Amino acid sequence: MVCSQCTIKPVMRLTNNTITLCKACFSRYLEAKVKKTIRKHHLIEKGDHIGIAVSGGKDSSTLLHLLGKTFKERKDIKITAIAIDEGIEGYRDECLNFVKPLCEKYKIPLYIKSFKEEIGTTLDEVLKKEKIKPCSFCGVMRRYLLNKTAKELGITKLATGHNLDDEAQTILLNQIRRNTKTSARLGPLTGIIDDKKFIRRIKPLYFLTEKEIATYAYLHNLMTRFNECPHSHEAVRDDIRNLLNTLEAKYEGTKQSIVAAFLETLPSLKEHYKKEGNTLKYCQLCEEPSSQEICQRCNLLNKYSKKSNVILS
Amino acid sequence: MEVFLEETQETRQLDADTVQELLKKLNINPTTVIVSRNGSLLIESQKLEKEDKIEILPVVSGG
Repeated sequence: MVCSQCTIKPVMRLTNNTITLCKACFSRYLEAKVKKTIRKHHLIEKGDHIGIAVSGGKDSSTLLHLLGKTFKERKDIKITAIAIDEGIEGYRDECLNFVKPLCEKYKIPLYIKSFKEEIGTTLDEVLKKEKIKPCSFCGVMRRYLLNKTAKELGITKLATGHNLDDEAQTILLNQIRRNTKTSARLGPLTGIIDDKKFIRRIKPLYFLTEKEIATYAYLHNLMTRFNECPHSHEAVRDDIRNLLNTLEAKYEGTKQSIVAAFLETLPSLKEHYKKEGNTLKYCQLCEEPSSQEICQRCNLLNKYSKKSNVILS
Repeated sequence: MEVFLEETQETRQLDADTVQELLKKLNINPTTVIVSRNGSLLIESQKLEKEDKIEILPVVSGG
């Protein structure tokens, strides 16, 4: 058994395909796929300052490695990494220790922003006092902090490590919750309209499966072996992930088909919500972009401050 | 062969002719893991030997 393109032992078989590739050929295939995604969807262009949201996990570490490798010689593209420390004891410190040397390798400046410094509390402290869904609270605060930090640093686009599996899950999740407007914001270049206060997200790993990324990460020592986030399990998403993996094992290519079919309808969806006058509002309290009068972050912090009798910023 | 399951940190002793058969015996969905032998990744049709030491790593990571 040898690689379909040379004579070396294969490490990966491509989805829906009989092609098997060795380490070098698979790495070339994956890197070319990411470059094609960036080019075709205009994710990174001349003059961009890209902020990479890093967590220390395999997806964002692979993203950091690939963008660092691809753009290190480009003088017209600047790259900065941003990590958010939510304050989860015994988890995030370890992740960040993995990210630091990787940033040093590619001379990418790393900014670490913590919940404690920025909003006055940690996720652990909030969970001790409040019965809330950790991922909802954390997600809202992380997105707020990433956007705020990116603006402060003059970043033009924020790159995240979202992959094909994540996107297929979110598409189904939005269908189940009948949340079409949220789906309209998906795609390799997220958002519906440009707004000076909102830094658009890009997903260069959009067309890669979780397994492809894990394989690449393993081969290039980017696979972190520490525990995953203790709060990372969200019941509905876990169910959808399991369902998709079961379907994928039985009907190979299911995830690719779901995303490809969705992408066919996405331009119409974006156009529809753009026409509907989908302008971003600004939160009356923090003046950050929001779909409501008061943003989710301020709502959550207000609720928490009142109940716990603490003042948060 | 000796099989180490990274997710549960457990070591199991069992035999299988191929990676595919091994995963089936362990009731593991092949789309959710990567499999290595002495640090080298294996594809599902790869033949296995009784003296192999296999490691099974989950591909899902959260956070």
